[in-house]
Amino acid sequence: MKSTRKAYGEFLQEVGADKNIVVLDADLANATKTDMFRAQYPDRHIDVGIAEADLVGTACGIALTGKKVFASTFAIFMAGRAYDQVRNTAAYSNINVNLCATHAGVMVGEDGPTHQCIEDVALMNVIPNMKVLSPADDISTKKILNMCMNEKGPKYIRLGRSDVEYIYDDTYEFRLGGSHTFGDGKDGTIFAYGPTVSIALEAKNELKQKGINVRVVDLYSIKPIDKDTIIKCAKETEKLVSIEDHSVIGGVGSIIANILCEEYPKKLKKIGINDTFGKSGNAKEVYKYFGLTKENLVNKF
Amino acid sequence: MEVKKLEEIATNVRKNIIKMVYNAKSGHPGGSLSCTDILVCLYHEKMNLNLDEMGNRIDKFVLSKGHASPAYYAVLASKGFIPEEDLIGFRKVDSYLEGHPTNKINGIDVSSGSLGQGLSIANGMAISKKIDNKEGYVYCLLGDGEIEEGQIWEACMTANKYKLNNVIAFLDYNGLQIDGSIEDVKSVDNLKEKFEAFGWNVQEIDGHNFNEINNSIEKAKSSEKSNMIIAKTIKGKGVSYMENSVSWHGKAPNEEEYNIAIAELSK
Repeated sequence: MKSTRKAYGEFLQEVGADKNIVVLDADLANATKTDMFRAQYPDRHIDVGIAEADLVGTACGIALTGKKVFASTFAIFMAGRAYDQVRNTAAYSNINVNLCATHAGVMVGEDGPTHQCIEDVALMNVIPNMKVLSPADDISTKKILNMCMNEKGPKYIRLGRSDVEYIYDDTYEFRLGGSHTFGDGKDGTIFAYGPTVSIALEAKNELKQKGINVRVVDLYSIKPIDKDTIIKCAKETEKLVSIEDHSVIGGVGSIIANILCEEYPKKLKKIGINDTFGKSGNAKEVYKYFGLTKENLVNKF
Repeated sequence: MEVKKLEEIATNVRKNIIKMVYNAKSGHPGGSLSCTDILVCLYHEKMNLNLDEMGNRIDKFVLSKGHASPAYYAVLASKGFIPEEDLIGFRKVDSYLEGHPTNKINGIDVSSGSLGQGLSIANGMAISKKIDNKEGYVYCLLGDGEIEEGQIWEACMTANKYKLNNVIAFLDYNGLQIDGSIEDVKSVDNLKEKFEAFGWNVQEIDGHNFNEINNSIEKAKSSEKSNMIIAKTIKGKGVSYMENSVSWHGKAPNEEEYNIAIAELSK
């Protein structure tokens, strides 16, 4: 198992020899894992201290000179504290900057509600020009970051704190607006992204043993989203369930519901954080507390 | 360039500011007129606007006080970045000249208008130059009320940490903001000491004196620290009834007022 933030740190090390890459942090390099880049390329690692608004602005300034920029802090500070900088500078000016936000969702665990960002997908999704991506494991993190590095415009990449299972191997490709579907079950579809993909895959296996065949869709590209696959699944499968470590208001469940409403009206059961703040605790126990579990998914079918 | 010539350009810019705000029936004349001479000196005298091999301008400029867009657009027009006849479209729905600067406009690198953000962006541009050992300076224009935003001070610390002596910032110190004098609203006093305490090289000048603006930039270029040039200015400079009047921060003149303003600027 490996956290997606760790995969991010490894990615920066792998590509770091490129002198055009600059990495920024706001006093969280040990946690966001940009310290791995700093260890090898200290001259191209900028730490602005505990100043997230300045982080985003400085990152944008560097990016405007043509450099490949990765800026990191926790999701709560990137999407929350620095929202105006992300909106009015990075997005409005359509700057080629990669906003790599770690510690998203209640997966943060012990630090509790003040550090558990469950609104970032909603906040970033609504901004014009913004692209939103959420990898589910080690390899998808590295491939998605590699794609983002060569993609124009601002990107918000949602990364997690805790270790997650390995899902993908090197043969998988990732693209903006893409998704990956596991299985072709007709009994239902589980839509997931980030850390809930492996939970969904576990549920899929358990359901299979009960004779229920569901498919799992990893919607790693949240904006743009793979509308066609969502509609296809709505047409081909019986029940639709979404599960996310994010508020059900404005999250991917809401995005799917919007698409269904316009294109192929069908019931969708949303699992996520139900209009409440998070909770301190061990990440696994917090997931249990909010029903982000295999068991809860299985019970929906 | 002779001071007389710079003054002529500045007068024409001021006329265009008045025309733009009058035609749009909205905009910010006071803070545009106060920073006009600084902008004219930068664009017509000091900045190297040529591109390097990467397509970046040698000297860069960030207008942090984005509401001075009329002054910015008029100066860009005076340098040929924007056709002068387009200025009339300012703030109109069929024009590209948005109320606040956007980088869709030729010559503008980055949007602004939400105050407090420009200095961080300028720092980023300057850091990039440092990483690549590139020549050139990054200029940034701040409002005095704007420095009530905390991000400005975050950026001051970052500039000091990275020894960004290639940053030359101007503070348009006209002393007024929407709700009154800056002393009354937030008590932003001891400016020189404040910026010095943050590790900056600070100069105080008359922001309407081209020789002083010019000399302050030359001095800044030999500094080992980031540079803050506190330019004492007059809000509404050049139009008698707008000068030092808070009410002209964000208001358009009516027809009579417009005619008086243009007549005064034509003297």
